[in-house]
Amino acid sequence: MLIHAKKASDAASHEITPESVYLNRRGFMAGAAAVAVGGFAGNAGAAVLPAANGAGAFENLKQGYRKLGEKDQVSTYEAISGYNNYYEFGTSKSDPAANAKNFKPMPWTIKVDGLCAKPGTIAIEDLLKPHTLEDRIYRHRCVEAWSMVIPWVGVPLAEVVKQFEPLGSAKYIAFETIVRPEEMPGQRSARILPWPYIEGLRLDEANHPLAILAVGIYGKTLLNQNGAPLRLVAPWKYGFKNVKSIVRISFTEQQPKNTWQVMAPDEYGFYANVNPHVDHPRWSQATERRIGSGNVLSAFEARRTTLMFNGYQEEVGQLYAGMDLTRYY
Amino acid sequence: MSDAALQARRNVLRRGLKPAVFMLCLVPLVLLVARGFANDLSANPVEFIIRTLGDWALRFLLLALAVTPLRLATGWNEVARLRRMLGLFAFTYVVLHLLAYTGLDQGFDFVGLWNDVMKRIYITVGMAAFALLLPLAVTSADAMIRKLGGARWRMLHRLAYPAGVLAVIHYFLMIKAGYQQPTVYAVILAVLLGVRLVKRA
Ligand code: HEM
Repeated sequence: MLIHAKKASDAASHEITPESVYLNRRGFMAGAAAVAVGGFAGNAGAAVLPAANGAGAFENLKQGYRKLGEKDQVSTYEAISGYNNYYEFGTSKSDPAANAKNFKPMPWTIKVDGLCAKPGTIAIEDLLKPHTLEDRIYRHRCVEAWSMVIPWVGVPLAEVVKQFEPLGSAKYIAFETIVRPEEMPGQRSARILPWPYIEGLRLDEANHPLAILAVGIYGKTLLNQNGAPLRLVAPWKYGFKNVKSIVRISFTEQQPKNTWQVMAPDEYGFYANVNPHVDHPRWSQATERRIGSGNVLSAFEARRTTLMFNGYQEEVGQLYAGMDLTRYY
Repeated sequence: MSDAALQARRNVLRRGLKPAVFMLCLVPLVLLVARGFANDLSANPVEFIIRTLGDWALRFLLLALAVTPLRLATGWNEVARLRRMLGLFAFTYVVLHLLAYTGLDQGFDFVGLWNDVMKRIYITVGMAAFALLLPLAVTSADAMIRKLGGARWRMLHRLAYPAGVLAVIHYFLMIKAGYQQPTVYAVILAVLLGVRLVKRA
């Protein structure tokens, strides 16, 4: 499927897929040149969660951030939902799609604790209710040096943070993935990773307008293998920061120990900002392979240069002013 | 059946064995190409191709190393005639694996490849395994056996053992977490090499 700056009306009929219709309707078809930023599409209103696991489509999404480069083609739904790192469901890329069918993303509650004025346990509907859901389109860069482009649905993390009123002493926010070995076969082996999966952000990173809590992809609720029903997306960081199926949010003074840092501290740090100048021992981070076009001939495409902060330097660079990013990788 | 008929049948089997195994050894490659034409190489075709070829390289290496233990265990001496072919197929899949990496993934950027060999330990180890297999492939022809003499040739071809060990280490090193697959290969390799130690002792 090709998504160049052409309208669905001039696409060949075999190119008109549910995905291209969605992208076109949401104004995602054009490259960066023809982008209309901001504005509401329809009556954006309070967030409502349709049927879980990709079954339901969101109505009245607010038109959110959508800046892309010329060569950033949105990845196919098949690629986004069939090629996943979600070790709770198994370690191979095809395991999550195969093993996540029995996972139950509804009903869902999130425990909020730590240094905030409004701790407690909250249902996902109530967590989302005060906010407006947006569609956003981000590059997604895995630490394994591949990347995709993903049309998310979500709410700004900053708004959710505000809702719980973090105390002045709170410096970090920690997230935890659910532990349900009965539904998540990978969790039956403690040798894969120590469960639960933990990730964290500095509070000012969490408050950055690019960070979102995502509940959907391609206008539909998140599939289980994509981290249903609620996951983090911080597009300037490597994918493993984007913790999935979140059941706990904690405000802390100490920097959380994120899972991969615990596993291999010389390979994975806390920040995990996309940085072409700091190599991982197993993968050079200078370049990446763009995948998800749905075409085997992409195998003959050259790798692309990885951009600092995954191309979001202009937006997030000032968060790290003066920091030695070789040390804080 | 008369003795002559039995003998004739055995000859057909004997003559048929090698071509049949040869065709079987090509099946993984044919299937990979077919999946390519069917646009069915996962979301990340380059990785899929590299890994499929790597898997088969290792499997054929282990199959080649299994020939002698199998012969000793079953007394089926015919099988020895398959050893060289299996070894050469292992080498072929290794070369394709290396070619997929160098060509498809790195775009024949040999500077980048050299950096990878120096910096990324699993690539270093993979290259070392390849370097050990190279002289075996070069000396596989009958003429080379005669030239080197059987004893020296056999000595040289024991390089297949450390090559197998390095290949399994290469597999372990490329993985982030979850080591079931390479563990299976490591156990099989340990058995195949262990048999040789026990036999000698
Ligand atoms: C005896 C030689 C070799 C054998 C038997 C071998 C075997 C393997 C195996 C079994 C895998 C894992 C496949 C999987 O995950 O399913 C692998 C992966 C890989 N090997 Fe090799 N290999 C060899 C040499 C090399 C060499 C010389 C290179 C490159 C210079 C190389 C580069 C790679 C790469 C890039 C991967 C995939 C890494 C990834 O996808 O993240 N290998 N190899």
